[in-house]
Order: sequence, then structure tokens, then C-alpha cells
Amino acid sequence: MSQFIDIGALNDIPPRGARLVRAPEGEIAVFRTATDAVFAVDEWLPGKAGPLSNGIQHGQCVTDPMYNWVFDLETGEAQGADEGSLRVWETRIENGRVLLTRDVLGELRASA
Amino acid sequence: MTQKLIIIGAGMASGRALEHLVEQAPNAYDVTLFNAEPRGNYNRIMLSPVLSGDKTFDEIVTHTAEWYEENGVTCRFGEHIVSIDRANKTVTADNGDVLPYDKLMFGTGSNPFIIPLPGHDLEGVIAYRDLEDTNRMVALGDKPGARAVVIGGGLLGLEAAAGLKNRGVDVTVVHIMGHLMERQLDEAAGYLLRKALVDKGITVMCSANSKEIVGEDGHVKALMLDDGTELPCDLLVMAVGIRPNVALAKAADLTTDKGILVNDQMVTSDESIVAVGECVEHAGAIFGLVAPLYDQAKVVAKTLIGEAATFVNKEVATKLKVTGCDLFSAGDFAEGEGREDIVFRDPARGVYKRLVLEGNKLVGAVMYGDTADGNWFFGLIKDGEDISEMRDTLIFGPAFQGGSPVDPMAAVAALPADAEICGCNGVCKGDVVAAIEGGAHTLDAVKATSKAASSCGGCSGLVEQLLSVTLGDEFAMPTKETVCKCTDLSHDEVRKLIVAGEMKSMPQAMQELNWSTPDGCHVCRPALNYYLVCSWPDEYADDGKSRFINERVHANIQKDGTYSVVPRMLGGITTPDELRAIADAADKYDIPTVKVTGGQRIDLLGVKKEDLPAIWYDLGEAGMMSGQAYAKGLRTVKTCVGTDHCRFGTQDSTGLGIKIEEAMWGAWSPHKFKLAVTGCPRNCAEATCKDLGIICVDSGYQILVGGAAGLDLLEAQLLAQVATEEEAIEYSCAFYQLYREGAQYLHRPYKWIKKVGLDWVKEQIVEDAENRKALADRFHFSQKFFQVDPWAERARKGVDSHEFKPLADLTDQRMAAE
Ligand code: SRM
Ligand SMILES: Cc1cc2nc3c(=O)[nH]c(=O)nc-3n(C[C@H](O)[C@H](O)[C@H](O)COP(=O)(O)OP(=O)(O)OC[C@H]3O[C@@H](n4cnc5c(N)ncnc54)[C@H](O)[C@@H]3O)c2cc1C
Ligand code: SF4
Ligand code: FES
Repeated sequence: MSQFIDIGALNDIPPRGARLVRAPEGEIAVFRTATDAVFAVDEWLPGKAGPLSNGIQHGQCVTDPMYNWVFDLETGEAQGADEGSLRVWETRIENGRVLLTRDVLGELRASA
Repeated sequence: MTQKLIIIGAGMASGRALEHLVEQAPNAYDVTLFNAEPRGNYNRIMLSPVLSGDKTFDEIVTHTAEWYEENGVTCRFGEHIVSIDRANKTVTADNGDVLPYDKLMFGTGSNPFIIPLPGHDLEGVIAYRDLEDTNRMVALGDKPGARAVVIGGGLLGLEAAAGLKNRGVDVTVVHIMGHLMERQLDEAAGYLLRKALVDKGITVMCSANSKEIVGEDGHVKALMLDDGTELPCDLLVMAVGIRPNVALAKAADLTTDKGILVNDQMVTSDESIVAVGECVEHAGAIFGLVAPLYDQAKVVAKTLIGEAATFVNKEVATKLKVTGCDLFSAGDFAEGEGREDIVFRDPARGVYKRLVLEGNKLVGAVMYGDTADGNWFFGLIKDGEDISEMRDTLIFGPAFQGGSPVDPMAAVAALPADAEICGCNGVCKGDVVAAIEGGAHTLDAVKATSKAASSCGGCSGLVEQLLSVTLGDEFAMPTKETVCKCTDLSHDEVRKLIVAGEMKSMPQAMQELNWSTPDGCHVCRPALNYYLVCSWPDEYADDGKSRFINERVHANIQKDGTYSVVPRMLGGITTPDELRAIADAADKYDIPTVKVTGGQRIDLLGVKKEDLPAIWYDLGEAGMMSGQAYAKGLRTVKTCVGTDHCRFGTQDSTGLGIKIEEAMWGAWSPHKFKLAVTGCPRNCAEATCKDLGIICVDSGYQILVGGAAGLDLLEAQLLAQVATEEEAIEYSCAFYQLYREGAQYLHRPYKWIKKVGLDWVKEQIVEDAENRKALADRFHFSQKFFQVDPWAERARKGVDSHEFKPLADLTDQRMAAE
């Protein structure tokens, strides 16, 4: 069984854009950078930041729309003076499709 | 005994392999060379200079008839192999000849990919791959007034376009992505390339989707884009990519995937058959440039003579020459964990260089305009050298001898003498420099002698830079606040330079203004986007990705991620029908809170993001549009009931408020802009604390500006008193435009007035009738492009639909399990 789930075409996410994915593990924001890298992190850092798919993307970072925290999309770490980190989910691009790790299925993962 | 070797395809790879073979083992094989093209090996890369007229075909032939003869190669050009019988080890040519082989070599190259658009099979639709294609394009140049469209803004497409243009053909390049050559170049370099091509007279359309090829009598007539644009053409060149040519191998049951699978020795799944060139797939990789193919050629020759050799797919740099433009890209320039960028820009010379570092290593490089150091950088990438010692000076290349660091003054230095520096007083760069050279060595002295910077002061920063550029160390630059860490320029400087330098896109502005990051940050991008929107309302394409979420999705985000929706109610006037529609929408979409705002309208709070387009649709059906309650732009015009109902009313305050809101809705500004029109000095609409307030009096209208009732509390001050409604509207629009054009991003009018002075504002608007009219005209011109209801665009035309729908829902177990 593949470790990844096809969640859509790369072109469904505009460059520097983001889309939301609902998963058993929670809401996940999937980003496409200007250079076509794809990253997935939790949509919310509860009590601190989110919904991150609504933020402004620059380089490999996103700025939180609520309180302007900046997160590195690859590590999930808050940058600068802020402290906190988002869960990061593995992604892949294959033949123009975006694949997201099955880990997002949480408990369903085993039964799937 | 000599063995028989049959080669299918006389291409660049098989040609090179053949050279190695006859050199190292002249008598090992009796070679027969088939080629579908009616000619032998030639340098395909050089088809570009043949197209542009710099070379003839004869000059690019790599192997002559004599060469084949001397080396005993039997040539069967213009003939192709139609099938292979692996069991009996024979091939069949198209004339039916059956030839036995001991070894067989595939060198069948690639096929250009033709997008199956309607009309792709019309006469006059060609690819760019061989001499026939090239000759078709050359012939078009002989036809006066000929037009061509090239689909594809990659290397090949641009070569075709540049060549056609050289031949006098009118060319348009249609590219689906946002910038040219997006695989090899980042946005900034793509912008410079586009500029160079446009300067040559080539029309370049990016983010353009082809829909259909239109024909007449079986011949291509035009390309139609999905937005309805029709591009007439006599020839349509598709250069959208290549696919390994595997059909013959597949038919012979060799193992293929994207290409013909080969091992490190270039042997296919049949040990008597080897393959080389673009038709192969090695360790998952396929090929499109010759460098690795030449390595393969060496290996395949060794394999054929029974010597050990291994093909290693090395990192390749693409040093590209799109006729006349210098580009270089190597390695991996995508962002990644722990990666850092070093950016160097020289706007005057049109140079852009970007290095991507990972830890102490260089992993990627993109360059435009000056690629002299490309190979040196490529070497560092390939060898994985530790660059920590030279990190600070790396970007200056190997010849760096401790020279000057990146020059923040480059943008000003690059402006031509007639570029306007001071808009208020019409002073150009040449005048300022003349004043400085004439002895004005301080900002005040320049103000006194040239008048520059003597009015609003917005250009002071630029004048100081000119002082510094002209006088060198003699002038001490005062320290200033920059927009953000991505630039050394202040807001005022950026604004002025965007106008003076006619910068009309974000990558262009970042390039010409020497931005130190590849694509800015959340601080500078919204500011730049606003300055561009304001400066070029008709030409600049708004960049939603550079707007804060509220402006991007046209609603206010709430702390739980839902949104609030505030429809516009001009002048605070509504109708029973509108109220019913609002009530129905509140029911239908389960709106938890309906509130009357402080801006005289109704707010529906707690709308789910996915419901936004639908609720907008319903409100739109009832005639309502966005109230832009989220915008750095025109918000509300509050009014009182005025003469219509009130015993004290002196003028129709409600009517005037509605007229002003009708004129101003949709406008963007540095910050929000709120107005009020009140019917008498009792001030029931609170006009005295607005950005612009109008108090109606018996003799006319008092126009007040610069009020505040938010973070600061300030009473608005009198700008002018006028007699008629028309004047009141003209003054209001002129004031708004002056603020739009002058204030720094995120400054409300009161902050801006504090900087430029109310007297100066009066000079511009009250004392100078001509200027007032010009400002109002510019405002109305801009409104032609921005008075479009963003809700209708999204609810009815599907604009930005990706913003409102999740990409996938994996919470459903069945779906997750599929
Ligand atoms: C809805 C409303 C309150 C209400 O229920 O009445 C409101 C709601 C918000 N205001 Fe306001 N302001 C509202 C009238 C006002 C007023 C009164 C007025 O307009 O007459 C003021 C004082 C006047 C002024 O603007 O100077 C006002 C001064 C502010 C400020 C301070 C601005 C300043 O320059 O000092 C902010 C913060 C900002 O913009 O940076 C703000 C920001 C906000 C934001 C957008 C906060 C945010 O960024 O998320 C609030 C959105 C809440 C939401 O849930 O969507 N709001 N806000 C009012 C909408 C008016 C409308 O119909 O468009
Ligand atoms: C205009 C142009 C510019 C280019 N510029 C560059 C550049 O600047 N740098 C770079 O590195 N690369 C460049 N390339 C790419 C480069 O030319 C190719 O990578 C290279 O030619 C591939 O070599 P090959 O031997 O695999 O295939 P080819 O050179 O395509 O040769 C394959 C041959 O096989 C023949 N054939 C196919 N099937 C059969 C059959 N069944 N029977 C008989 N014959 C058959 C074909 O007719 C063809 O002649 C350019 C290509 C083009 C078209
Ligand atoms: S401002 Fe004057 S005219 Fe308007 S409602 Fe109040 S009292 Fe009446
Ligand atoms: S632009 Fe120079 S003083 Fe206003």
C-alpha cells in the first residue's frame, strides 16, 4: 500500500497560494511556493496562530494572518522572537499530482 | 569475423557514439546507419543560428558523405526502421528490406509534444525539431507582413521566436506559466528575459491558456486563447516539450517506461540491443540536453567493443543563449530547509544573480545578464565545496578583490537624466544633478536652487541619494527608515522610483530597485502591490498573493477562521427588499450574529469561508455588492438625514453622500478612507473626525480633512469651503487622489498630512484649480478599472475559486481508504 494519498493536481494550487485539506488528524494547509515546492503543515497552532492557508507566503515562509507570526514551512518552526512549531506533513509531487503522507489519516491509517 | 551493427537514428548522440566506435575499434563492426530524416548527422542545437540566419545548414553538418565512406558506414538516410524481430535478430526498413544484426543501437531521440488542441492537425502547425521545421520558419520570413505564434516560453519556443523575429516575422509567444522558462529561471530572471524579448519587438503573453487553433481551408489562421483573445497567424509553432521516442522499442517488447530502460552500460532489456540519447531512461531520468548524451555515447561505444564503462548522470548546468540574452542556471534553486539566498542586482546593467546556499555549500545559481562567473559557480556546486570562507563576497565571483559591497544607490544612479525626481515641482534628475554640481551641497541648498523637495518633501530621500551619488563621501547620508529588511529604500523612495522608472510589475520593481530577497516579505509585498496598483491602474495586474487575507478573499477574517460579510449601503440608505435579502441570507447560511456597524450598515458575522461565494451570489441577486469593509480603500460614507427630513438641514447631505460613495467605491488607498456628510454643524454623521468630512452650511459645503477617531483622536481641519455639490465632489476626489499618490502604505490621511503639511495640501487642491482637476481626472481614470464588484466576480465568474474550497476532504473513511 502506498504511503501517500493523491490530494489533487499541483495546478489546483496557484504558485504562492495555499489550499486547505480536511483530514482525520485535523485541518492541514498545503502550500505551493513560487518555485513549485509543496509543503503541508497544520492549519492552526492552537491558541497562537492560524488559519495559515490564509497567510501571505514569501520565500519558504508563511506569515500568519492573525498575529503576523512567520513560520518556516519546511520545519514548521516559528521564526524570529516567536516560539512554537507546527506539525509538518510529508508531501511529494509526482506527474503533476500532489501527494500527502497517509499519516494524516491518524487511526484510520491502519484500517485503510 | 566482423559483426553487424545497425543504428536506428542518425542523431547527435548516435553520431558521437559512432565517432568513438570507429576511432577505438575501426574494424569491430560493419555499420549500417538508418535515419528517418533524409540526411546524416548534424548539430541539431545549431538549428537556432540557421533559423536566425547566422549559419547555413552546411556549416552545421557534423559528418560528411566522405566521413561515412572513409569509415565504412553504410548510410540509409531518408529510410526508417518499421519493426524489429528480436528472436531472429533482424530489422525491417520501410521499403520492406529485412537486415540481420548482431548488435542494434537505438538513437531515435525524442518527438516534440503536440498539445491536442482542436485544430492541431491543420496545415501550418509545426514543432521545432528538425531542418524541415526550420525551413518552414525561414520561408515565412520571405512573406511580407507574416505573423507567427509560438506556444511555449521555454528554451526552444524562445529560440523559435527570436529567430522568426530576426527574419522579420511578427511574433507572439504564448506561455502558460507566469514567467518565461520557469524551469530554469526564477521570476526575477524571467522578468529580465521577457524585457529583453519585448525590447526586440516580440510580443510575450504569460499566464495565457491556448484553447483552440482556428483554421481556414485547412490552414492555420489564428490561435484562440481561453479568454477569447484571437491571435492571427500564418504559422503556429508548438514548442511545449518533448517525449522520448519509444514507439518502435515498445513494439519490439523492450522494457520501456518514460524512455527505453537502460542499465549503466546503456544496454536495454535485450543484451544485443543498446540505446543512447534522448530516447533512453536511465535510473528514472530522461534527457533533454546534449552534455549527458555525450557521456552516454562514450559508454555505449565501450560497451560495444566489450570494455567496461559506467554511465553516471552528472549534475548539469544550463548555460543558455536565447539569441542575444545571457542566461545561466545550475543546480537546484528551489527553496528548502536551511537554505539561504544571496541576491545581487545591478539595475543599470540589467544584471541579476542569485545564489542558493545550504549550510556551507552552494547548491544552486541563477544568473541573467552577466554569466561570466557561471562555470565557476557550477564548479562549486558540483564539487560541493565549502564556501564559508568566501561567503560574504561569493556573489562577486572569483575575480573579487575586496571591492565595494552591493550598492543601495544603484537604482537612482541608473535613472536617466530626464527622469522626474520631484513631482510637485517638475524637477528631473538632470536638474538636481546640475544644482549639486553648481554648488548646492546640502538638501536645503538643493531645495533652494532647484526647487526639488521644497513642497511635499516626498522626494527628499531621492535628492539625498543624488547628493551622495554626485558628491561621494563629501555628503553624509542621513539614516532613514526602510520599507523592510528586503530593501535599503524608504517608502517614499520606492514610490517615486516606481513612477520615475516606469516599473509595472512586482518582479520588475524588485529587480530595478535592488531587492535583496527573491520575492520580498509580508511587509513589502502588500506595499509594492499598492504602489503599483495606484501608479498604473490600467496596466498593472493586481497580485492577490501580495494582499492580506481580508483583501484577498474580500471579507474580514474572524478569530475562529470564519468571515464577516458587510454589503455596501450607499450613504447608509437601505430598502425593505435589501433588508429582506439580508434576513434571508442570515437564515439560509446560519449566520450567528447580525449587527449594525459603526459605519451605518449591516454586518453578517461568522460566515463559513466555503459559503462566501454563495451568500455573495444571493446578496448580489438583491442588488447588493461588497462594502469593502476589509479594504485599505474606500470604506463608508456616513450621512445624516439632511434636508429631506430634518428641520435643521441646510443641504441634501444624504444625496451628496450617496453621490460621493458612488464615485469612490472600489478605490484602493494606502490605508482605509472613511467619509461623512452631515446636513448642518450639529454634525449627526460625525464628519469632524473622518478622513474627509463634509459639513453642509447655508452657503455651501465645508470640506474637512485629516480627522481620526481610532488609535488617535484628531479633529478634522478645514481644507476649503465650496458653493456647489459638483465642487464638493471634485475637491473630495482630488484630495483622495493626492493622498493615494503621496502617502506611504498604511498611513491614514492624518499621518500623511502631518508629514507634508496642510498648507501644501491646500496649495495642491485649493489654490491650483488645474492641478485639482488633473487629480480628480486621474482618480476617475483609475476608477474605470477598479469599480468592479469583487463579490460578483467570485460568485458569478468563479474568480479565485481555489480560495474558497478545500483541496480535499480525507475525513471520510471510505474516501481515505481508496
Ligand atoms: C464592524 C466594525 C465595528 C462595528 O461593529 O461597528 C469594525 C470592525 C473592525 N474594525 Fe473598526 N470597525 C468599524 C468601525 C470603525 C470606526 C467607526 C467608523 O468607521 O465610523 C472606527 C473609528 C474611526 C476611524 O477609522 O478612524 C474604527 C477604527 C478601527 C481601527 C483604528 C484605525 C486607526 O487608523 O486608528 C482599526 C485598526 C486598523 O485599521 O488598523 C479597526 C479594525 C477593525 C477590524 C477590521 C479589526 C481587524 O483587523 O480584524 C474589525 C473587524 C471585525 C470583524 O469581525 O470583522 N477599526 N472602526 C465597524 C465597521 C464599519 C463599517 O461599516 O465598515
Ligand atoms: C532547435 C534546438 C535547439 C537546441 N538547443 C540545445 C542547446 O542549446 N543545448 C543542448 O544541450 N541541447 C539543445 N537541444 C537539444 C539537443 O539537440 C538534443 O538533446 C539532441 O539532439 C538529442 O540527440 P539524440 O541523438 O538523442 O536525438 P536526435 O538528435 O533527435 O536524433 C534522433 C534521430 O533519429 C531519427 N529516428 C527516429 N526514429 C527513427 C526510426 N524509426 N528509424 C530511423 N531513424 C529514426 C530521427 O529522425 C532523428 O534524426 C536543442 C534542440 C533543438 C531542436
Ligand atoms: S447634522 Fe444637522 S441636518 Fe443632519 S440630522 Fe443632524 S441636525 Fe439634522
Ligand atoms: S515630490 Fe518633490 S516636493 Fe513633492
